[in-house]
Amino acid sequence: MVTLSPQALFSQLLIGLINGSFYALLSLGLAVIFGMLNIINFAHGAFYMMGAFCAYFLLHAFGLNYWVALVVAPLMVGLVGTVVERTMLHRLAGLDHLYGLLLTFGLALIIQGLFQNYFGSSGLPYAIPSQLTGAQNLGFMVLPNYRAWVVVFSAAVCLATWFMIERTRLGAYLRAATENPELVRAFGINVPRMITLTYGFGVALAALAGVLAAPILQVRPTMGENFIIVVFAVVVIGGMGSILGSILTGFALGVIEGLTKVFYPEASNTVIFVVMAIVLLIKPQGLFGRGT
Amino acid sequence: MAKTDRSVARDGDERIAGSERTAFAVLVAGLVLAPFFFYPPFLMEGLCFALFACAFNLLIGYVGLLSFGHAMFFGLAAYVSAHAAKVWGLQPELALGLAVAAAGVLGLVVGFLAIRRQGIYFAMITLALAQMIYFFCLQAPFTHGEDGIQAVPQGKLLGLFDLAKAWVLYGTTLVVFLSAFVLIYRIIHSPFGEILKAIRENETRAISLGYNAERYKLAAFILSAGLAGLAGGMKAIIQQSASLTDVYWTTSGEVVLMTLLGGLGTVFGPVVGAFLVVAIQQYLSQQGQWVTVIQGAIFVACVLAFRRGIIGELAHTIRKPL
Repeated sequence: MVTLSPQALFSQLLIGLINGSFYALLSLGLAVIFGMLNIINFAHGAFYMMGAFCAYFLLHAFGLNYWVALVVAPLMVGLVGTVVERTMLHRLAGLDHLYGLLLTFGLALIIQGLFQNYFGSSGLPYAIPSQLTGAQNLGFMVLPNYRAWVVVFSAAVCLATWFMIERTRLGAYLRAATENPELVRAFGINVPRMITLTYGFGVALAALAGVLAAPILQVRPTMGENFIIVVFAVVVIGGMGSILGSILTGFALGVIEGLTKVFYPEASNTVIFVVMAIVLLIKPQGLFGRGT
Repeated sequence: MAKTDRSVARDGDERIAGSERTAFAVLVAGLVLAPFFFYPPFLMEGLCFALFACAFNLLIGYVGLLSFGHAMFFGLAAYVSAHAAKVWGLQPELALGLAVAAAGVLGLVVGFLAIRRQGIYFAMITLALAQMIYFFCLQAPFTHGEDGIQAVPQGKLLGLFDLAKAWVLYGTTLVVFLSAFVLIYRIIHSPFGEILKAIRENETRAISLGYNAERYKLAAFILSAGLAGLAGGMKAIIQQSASLTDVYWTTSGEVVLMTLLGGLGTVFGPVVGAFLVVAIQQYLSQQGQWVTVIQGAIFVACVLAFRRGIIGELAHTIRKPL
């Protein structure tokens, strides 16, 4: 066995946690959208990429910094999401769920193709905001401030989302509408508007992950295309029945991926898919899933 | 059980409609005459993808399973046949046989895992497993990573027919395609195919009638994977190369698009869809990513306004199966 420096181990663990943050934000958005709309949003990776591009444009075209982008980019991309829901997804109600997958797959191709036409495939740099540059020396490892911020902030957003859905009145409406939309409408709640906003919210979470990723991964049109497939595997592993489950699975799989990079780097691309296969053998409905 | 099977078979036989015979005659005549009008390499690529789409349609159209990772069978089979022909020096029929076997075995493993879930999860699982196979092909030494396997010798089919001659290659491709097409047609209209359709319509009921739905689904999945492998193996021999594109998710998406555009669950739709999509690719090959944008737009248009597909609409208009 190779001798490990704790330095390498902890830095890979941190990278794992960061990827885990993105997995958690994206799979959370997928789960929220699936709960309300019963579709799997294939365009999620494209919206994640749009979030990063949005931050890039806000900085380079309008001189608006990272902190503004953190709020404005998710709002703008979320707005695009609501338009998509109103004009297209909305019309698929009552059809087989697979049509939602096919439609959003088409959208993903359109969005990604357009961005690739205009920006090629190379990455555009996005600087770390000045307040978060530098690093802390913790003795056993050097912790870059920005990376610590990404993990803490993502975890906070995930928990806030969980709190909103599971512990507030709005969340109660949402959960009720997931179970029985007709009945909730009968109580005078505007369910179609709620569905639109839910889609917008899920998409905004993806865009937020994109903004967070911009300084770490560079901004490129293809940043979402392979990422979304891994997130799908995360969703299969966790099952979409539980909000907290999605969050935990996302972070845990990021860490597992990071550890694989240390111990058996050849498998780091595939480890999540292997975990998925094992989970399917042992608990087909997913770790936190219910039903089929 | 045996009695039921026979009566189902008779129902099936009665459904071989005149419209389908006519369409088949048109298809054969068209494909025999086509090399006089079109560039043969384009036609052969079209035939490979048509076979691939028909194999995919066997699952989505007749079992209701959307596999979003069919490129793994197509691409892996392409690598296997290219490797067998080039490195092991096997004859093309043996290389193809190995390719089909490899795809079938992979189909067994993937199918075994994926049929544990249904609907949307099935699609996500097949996509994820296909991505795993993609990374395997990216890293495994025999695929030569980004370079792929190039300059695959075409060899002599059965030791007699020299596939390096254009018309022999086209004839062979056509025969393989038509045989597989007829096989798929027979599968769809066999008692086995009727049970698949029953499972698609109402799985619980099929189970209550005593059919082991999972086993039927797995069998259909393996058949579909093997036929997709045949298409991939053919493509490697025709184009003399196998590359990562064949096994990437974009190829999985393209086969979905071909089938959707032609008509899900129609016999002839995937063929029409495949030729159209390949034609669009060739026509726009110099236009960068516009191919991707247009494919995406076709997806959106098909789902929103045109869910029966071209042949599906036609069949609906003339009120006969196609």
